[in-house]
Amino acid sequence: MTTPFLKCVLAIVAKDLRAEMRSRELLSVMALFALLSILVFSFALELDRAARAEAVSGVLWVTLIFASLLGLNRSLAQESDQGNLDALLLAPVSRSAIFVGKFAGNSIFTGIVGLLLLPLMTVLYSMQMLDIRVIFTTLVGIVGFCSIGTLLATMTVHTRAREALLPIALLPVALPFLLTAVRATKGVLNGAPDWQVWLQLLAGITVIYVALCLLLYGFVVEE
Amino acid sequence: MAKEVAFEAAPQPRLLRVLTALTALGFLATLYLGLVVAGTDIEQGDIQRIFYIHMPSFFGAFTAFGATVVGGLLYLARKNDAWDRIALAGAEVGLAFALINLLTGAIWARPIWNTWWTWDPRLTSAAVMCLIYAAYLMLRAGIDDMSRKRNFMSVYGIFAFVSVLTTLFIIRIVPETIHPVIVGASPQNAQGSFEATSGVVTALAPSMLLWLTLMPITLMWHRYRLETRREALDQKMIQALGD
Repeated sequence: MTTPFLKCVLAIVAKDLRAEMRSRELLSVMALFALLSILVFSFALELDRAARAEAVSGVLWVTLIFASLLGLNRSLAQESDQGNLDALLLAPVSRSAIFVGKFAGNSIFTGIVGLLLLPLMTVLYSMQMLDIRVIFTTLVGIVGFCSIGTLLATMTVHTRAREALLPIALLPVALPFLLTAVRATKGVLNGAPDWQVWLQLLAGITVIYVALCLLLYGFVVEE
Repeated sequence: MAKEVAFEAAPQPRLLRVLTALTALGFLATLYLGLVVAGTDIEQGDIQRIFYIHMPSFFGAFTAFGATVVGGLLYLARKNDAWDRIALAGAEVGLAFALINLLTGAIWARPIWNTWWTWDPRLTSAAVMCLIYAAYLMLRAGIDDMSRKRNFMSVYGIFAFVSVLTTLFIIRIVPETIHPVIVGASPQNAQGSFEATSGVVTALAPSMLLWLTLMPITLMWHRYRLETRREALDQKMIQALGD
């Protein structure tokens, strides 16, 4: 007799949200990092008006991906260090429900950072980022990236040098998301008609990765 | 628990010796075909001959990475350690081949494209493929627990193979490439393509066959045997520490 799928997922997400409400350690680190990253980029790239239009979607996605790496590392390290992952595995809960729960939690946190970044970049870079199409692309990209991110972070918490290994293992595999999301965002911002094609590609890759992660997560947590 | 592990080197199976000899001979023969028998390309000159290694080495990597994904899937299904060792052998041999592929490509591109490297879709995708398998080996080295390691790497191998397929097919999807296509029509802006004439095919076909089958299989078999002995040694060490 296992607990219903949806109930487990909601319980895990609720637990993550409650822990975050009380400690505020994940979101504050991610948000502060994102802010710093935007600042560093604007100095490093010496962004003037013309350069901004070209580079801004790249800045957005690189910032989001690194912020999300920070969050993924901590979110899974928390589970395994405090022994909660073992407890979850002992409980009569399907493996994919655990995955969906952690995946949803990570997506929500990264999504919040993304939604904070868009108005901030609109102000700081004076680009119109608060476009419903940009918001949608951002959320789809985050969901896709967090799926493979959650899976690989579950692996790397068991390794030596976990903080270093997660980006090395994750970035090359997640490049399809970065590529399509940057192209779609850039297309919307520059009024190019091909943004739709890139968004469709992004959504397609997201569906494939989420399905693969669901199928394979059980093997990653099994002892 | 204390299962006696055979550490004394088992003699090489006769088939492996035959394969090794065949691979070495085949390599010399295809070199001869590519360097001597095939005619000099009228536009590119002798540099075109590197192609007889360049394209076959990619397909060698394809076979080896294919072994990694198949080995991973079978390991997850059967939990037989041998499949995981095959997967590891595939990743290492494949990475070596993929690097040969990148290097020969760069050497060819220098005179033909007038640059060692360009961010062409296919070049980028091939480089990403190498990075993913380098990450595979690094991740593998970072996990201590053996059964966990085998599980994780089987899963990672499945995701890694996506990059191999991307490299193979990207040229048909993204048309803005300058990389020539040999099978079928080249993209319009391909730079430095040439006809697959009968001379080219005479040198290419045996080389392809060699790199696609004999070369990766022989090397992977050797690597597999090495890994078996390495794991046996680890077990011996654990036993010795326990005594």
